[in-house]
Amino acid sequence: MAGITGSSLAVATAAHEGPPEAVGAARPGRRRAARRGDGRIASLFLAPALVGFALFYLYPTIRGVYFSFTDYDLLSPPHSVGAANYRYLWRDPLFWNALRVTLQYVVINIVSQTVLALGLAWLMFRLTRSVLVRVLFLVPWLVPNVAVGLLWLWLLDANLGFVNHLITDLGGSSQGFFTTPSLAMPTIAVINTWQYTGYTALLFYAGMLQIPGTLFESARLDGAGEVRTFTRITLPLLRPIMALVLVVSLIGSFQIFDTVSIDPAQGGPVNATRVIYYYIYQLAFTQFRMGYASAVAVTLVLILGVLTFLQLRLLRASRSDLA
Amino acid sequence: MSSQNEPAARPRRSAAFRPGRSAAWIVLIIALVVTLFPFYWMVRTAFTPAADLPSDTTSLWPHHATLINFERVLGLTSTQQDLAAGGSGATLDLLVSLRNSVIYAGLIAVAQTFFCAMAGYAFARLRFRGRDLLFGVFVMALMVPPIFTMLPNFALVKSLGWIGSFQGLIAPSLLMTPFAVFFLRQFFLSVPTEVEEAAALDGAGRWLQFWRVVLPMNRGPLITIGLITAVWAWKDYLWPLLVGPDQSTRVLTAALGIFLQQSPNTAPDWTGLMAAAVLAVIPVALLLVFFGRRLVESLNFTGIK
Repeated sequence: MAGITGSSLAVATAAHEGPPEAVGAARPGRRRAARRGDGRIASLFLAPALVGFALFYLYPTIRGVYFSFTDYDLLSPPHSVGAANYRYLWRDPLFWNALRVTLQYVVINIVSQTVLALGLAWLMFRLTRSVLVRVLFLVPWLVPNVAVGLLWLWLLDANLGFVNHLITDLGGSSQGFFTTPSLAMPTIAVINTWQYTGYTALLFYAGMLQIPGTLFESARLDGAGEVRTFTRITLPLLRPIMALVLVVSLIGSFQIFDTVSIDPAQGGPVNATRVIYYYIYQLAFTQFRMGYASAVAVTLVLILGVLTFLQLRLLRASRSDLA
Repeated sequence: MSSQNEPAARPRRSAAFRPGRSAAWIVLIIALVVTLFPFYWMVRTAFTPAADLPSDTTSLWPHHATLINFERVLGLTSTQQDLAAGGSGATLDLLVSLRNSVIYAGLIAVAQTFFCAMAGYAFARLRFRGRDLLFGVFVMALMVPPIFTMLPNFALVKSLGWIGSFQGLIAPSLLMTPFAVFFLRQFFLSVPTEVEEAAALDGAGRWLQFWRVVLPMNRGPLITIGLITAVWAWKDYLWPLLVGPDQSTRVLTAALGIFLQQSPNTAPDWTGLMAAAVLAVIPVALLLVFFGRRLVESLNFTGIK
């Protein structure tokens, strides 16, 4: 999960560099090297990464696809079952349920997180350049998800939790945030929004710093208010960054796991929080149905691939209005 | 890094905006409180005796502050003391887990950053057949969700007999992640090559250029990516839980999860759990004190061109 979430850093960097080839191509040293070729020394430089990639990325990818066509319990060797896992998946109500609750989570999480982060970024951008403020907003992102999950289990505890004390003090009735089926998934979505909003806001904030100040200046001279400036200048010009951040957080959001797994309800109540990642985990490591778990994982990869593609098209990602 | 951009980007505000400005500050401060108060409550609970939880509910400071919860989770108390203070009596040695987490995160951060810097350098500076194709394959791996490779990786580590061992724990992330290679390649591409070329003219080979020029000159970004890698490794949960659940290799996140599982479902040991969670947050707090500026600035790499 973390790997995907964090990759926005580099993506954001790449978006602003222009074609990387242009940087060194014109240098004489580079041309000399091109004639000579660096094949031998390159293989030395690449050796550790290549070994790591081959063993722990490429090989498991191929093997994962292979597992998905087998019956495999981790003890006896896998034996082929053709497309049976995929046929089973099509009829598996738990799979569709997992997809449904994951989507519910993703929608609540992404919408609330993006809106709040945009607002927060705009506030910071207009009010302060303080590093301290930014560092403080980054804290929840740096804390292990498991600790965050524990913390909110405690804050939202039905009997002793601080939030329920607040609610009852204000005259409301105590809520079982994790034990009420209709509340459990939204609760977890909001917890993750709480954890990632600051980080996302900092990415947006960085994007806002990129917008030439002269644009804001002329908007002001033309008499545009805060709202108009935000909707007519900031939002459109932020689109490339926003597209990348959205793609990356969407992929990350689909992989919600840690907060769900720390919840003692184990995917409950009544399957309400058995998200797809957790379902895969349970299939593989508590039921030892590695083959079927792999089939669900392959399906997840395909879904994410299609979603990313669609999203990038829809948001016309890498084209900037500044260019 | 982005400082040269900031003055230009800073819009001038008209005097008419002042009341709105204070309202905006209030919203920002509320957002800060919402962000940070839960952590305060975590600390507050950790210093509260378990017996006080039902009565001492919302006061900002516990009526009878105590260190017993920290002593319990660090394994400094006897079973009887633990039970008396609201624990389950299960032996809990977070000191060992803390050590494991430091080794896990530290080793991965240092080794992975170094090996990925080598690969990033090769992709950015060297010319060889199939370079762009290979790099494309690396980038595509960024799109694969970790659980997909985690299942076969677990099968592999299991067949090697590495379950419950440190090498099993660190193997998949020690040599590379596609992200770090991608990040460092982009970064090296953005750095001028003059000094390296001068070194080449002085007869330095590629390895010497990398070791003597590239690494020292780019110390800042390398530390940054190392820090980010360390934070991710620190947050890792599922893999360490699967591969190293036993006390000798149990990292802090796994210990927290296991601690909750051992705690009775009906009346969890909240004070102990919060004390344990505080221990997981302290290193993060230290990191922010020493490297906070570097971390937030790594999020606006816009200055690097």
